[in-house]
Amino acid sequence: MNVIKEWVAENIFLGLEVREYLRRLITPSNIVAASILIIGIPLIILRYMKGLNAVIHGSNDQPFSLFLGWGLFCGVPLAATGYIMASAVYLFGLKDYKPLLRPAVLTGFVGYFFAVMFLLVDLGRPWRLPYPMIRSFGPASILFLVAWHVALYLTVQFLEFSPAIFEWINTRKLRKWAEGITIGATIFGVILSTLHQSALGALFLLAPTKLHPLWYTPYIPVFFFISSMYAGLSMIIIESTLVYKFLPNRVDPQNHKIIDGLTLGLGKAASFVMITYFFLKIIGIAHDDHWDLLLTRPYGYQFLIEIFGFVLLPCFMYVFGVRTGDAKLVRIAAFTSVAGVILNRLTISMFGLNWELPHREFFAPKEIIVVLTIITIEVLIYRWVVNRLPVHQTHPKFAGEEE
Amino acid sequence: MSIDRRNFLKLLGFGTVALGLQPTRAIASIDDSKIKRPDSYGVLCDVTRCVGCRSCEEACNTVNSLPAPEKPFDDYSVFEEKRRPTSKAFTVVNRYETSKGTIFRKVQCNHCLEPACATACLVHAYQKMPEGSVVWDEKVCIGCRYCMHACPFYAPAFEYESPVPRIRKCTLCYNRIHEGKLPGCVEACPMEALIFGKRSDLIKIAHERIRKNPDRYLEHIYGELEAGGTSWLYLSAVPFNEVGLNTTVGTYPMAEYTRGFLSSVPLVLVLWPALLGSFYAFTKRNEEVKKQGNEKHRKEAHSQEKGEN
Repeated sequence: MNVIKEWVAENIFLGLEVREYLRRLITPSNIVAASILIIGIPLIILRYMKGLNAVIHGSNDQPFSLFLGWGLFCGVPLAATGYIMASAVYLFGLKDYKPLLRPAVLTGFVGYFFAVMFLLVDLGRPWRLPYPMIRSFGPASILFLVAWHVALYLTVQFLEFSPAIFEWINTRKLRKWAEGITIGATIFGVILSTLHQSALGALFLLAPTKLHPLWYTPYIPVFFFISSMYAGLSMIIIESTLVYKFLPNRVDPQNHKIIDGLTLGLGKAASFVMITYFFLKIIGIAHDDHWDLLLTRPYGYQFLIEIFGFVLLPCFMYVFGVRTGDAKLVRIAAFTSVAGVILNRLTISMFGLNWELPHREFFAPKEIIVVLTIITIEVLIYRWVVNRLPVHQTHPKFAGEEE
Repeated sequence: MSIDRRNFLKLLGFGTVALGLQPTRAIASIDDSKIKRPDSYGVLCDVTRCVGCRSCEEACNTVNSLPAPEKPFDDYSVFEEKRRPTSKAFTVVNRYETSKGTIFRKVQCNHCLEPACATACLVHAYQKMPEGSVVWDEKVCIGCRYCMHACPFYAPAFEYESPVPRIRKCTLCYNRIHEGKLPGCVEACPMEALIFGKRSDLIKIAHERIRKNPDRYLEHIYGELEAGGTSWLYLSAVPFNEVGLNTTVGTYPMAEYTRGFLSSVPLVLVLWPALLGSFYAFTKRNEEVKKQGNEKHRKEAHSQEKGEN
């Protein structure tokens, strides 16, 4: 009993007295977070009592809400961090990047977990979420593939992150087992990611008359997959930037010295992917012969802003940042790239859909509050884990042991 | 823990193979006869005969026991805006100002021969019945609304205001057909703008009308080929896009557009493990060589030291 009590005091309350722990929770950022939750959580409860229309502008023409547009279509590519870093370190042998591996896997796992949370808010009957797995199968549906892959990949990412959990609860035996499956899990993870990242794009292939032709192309699955790669690379840069700045004590001291170098390396990789993506987007326009649409208002201009301002520009920022050794520029490039991926996914899942219909309403203010609420919970949980588990630092008891 | 590493990898292998077994042939068969279903029923809607009386809307409301509408069925101010089917009205009549004057057209689910909604559904809640109806099963629907996104005709509607929402749409009065009755709207139409019958017969009737009255009709039956063919067919005097029908929908069933992607899935499942596995083998070999080289180097240095002594 005492052992458990000690462990809880040390690992949950960070070695502080409970009263002292609670007192320290009162910080400006926590007050902001709490006030978002106080408004948002009742709205989520209301949604389950009164139906989706209590929080969104439910539209029969435009059935995808911001919960899907943001939570699934942006959430999944931004959580591509796990497969990128795991394949870099384990399959391609880039061991220098190991300090960023666990953060990347955790970002991926939490990202997918919350994509599912957003789904639970969005689905008409969320308690039936496991139906495609256990009850009734629609294998001709791309969404069936997405459902299976996201469920399997969530499990794989949990296994990939589990060594950190086993270190935290201090069980050598389980940790050893988890290490044994690393390579298999990594390869399976890359397969699943390739397929469901692209399948999220393929979902739109089914409705060729609805998505604006500048975005509707047979290449859309390839575009989604490739952009998920640089989204993942950029998100690793963003995650480390935020944690190294706001939770510096949770990072191994020697990592603070090498992080700029690692950031430059990630930036270089991202620049290669992005220039490829840029030219593929141009090929997409040429393939469908849509040059004439580029100068139409508003979609043509929006497309040009997207590929020049949010793909080519950050790509060049990456290149120059790496050339001049300017990690700060690389970090700005990472934020810009991620903004570009978000713009792309929201255009495809919301703004560019049903573009010919005369009346469209996008999202209600309450819908945005609910999204902010769930993002807040996501950030709080991420911070809670980083503050306790060996994510950005090696566990003293397991230091030097090969994973 | 009873699962060791070898079994875990085996499990992964089987899982991978199972994932590759998604059928692509099922969604667009080479053998058309199963899909075209010559014996299935349909409705021919002669747009030139519709007077916009809204009797069909009222009948639909009655036979489906739908809630009373906001404006009564003899209130024609509803024509001031373009309406679409909703969860409370499975069919609506719209008024269009066209190149040949004011024309009315009834809007509802077109009951595709190879429905996009059914292809979209991940729990197989939709079914194209042999009678022609596309029906939806409340027992398995999870409420993801991908069917609504997929439908090129904007037919399915969702009960956004309910905590236990359903998808709602026209069923071509599936139950009434089984009782030997006409669909509610067809029975109510005073102008005989709607005729119910076997789809193959309806196509013959439509061609006959076009042949007899070439000045009255466009030489095209909307729905004969659109989106792979629909059970609901239309005749019109004006181009179909002038009466709100999508003329960019093409003649392929929507499922055709996802076939290429689904066929590439097994390729990835087979090629990726081989490719990634070999990258891993290279990496591992490199590391071993490096390690051995280091040891050799150390030994040599050691023996040299000894020799010097």
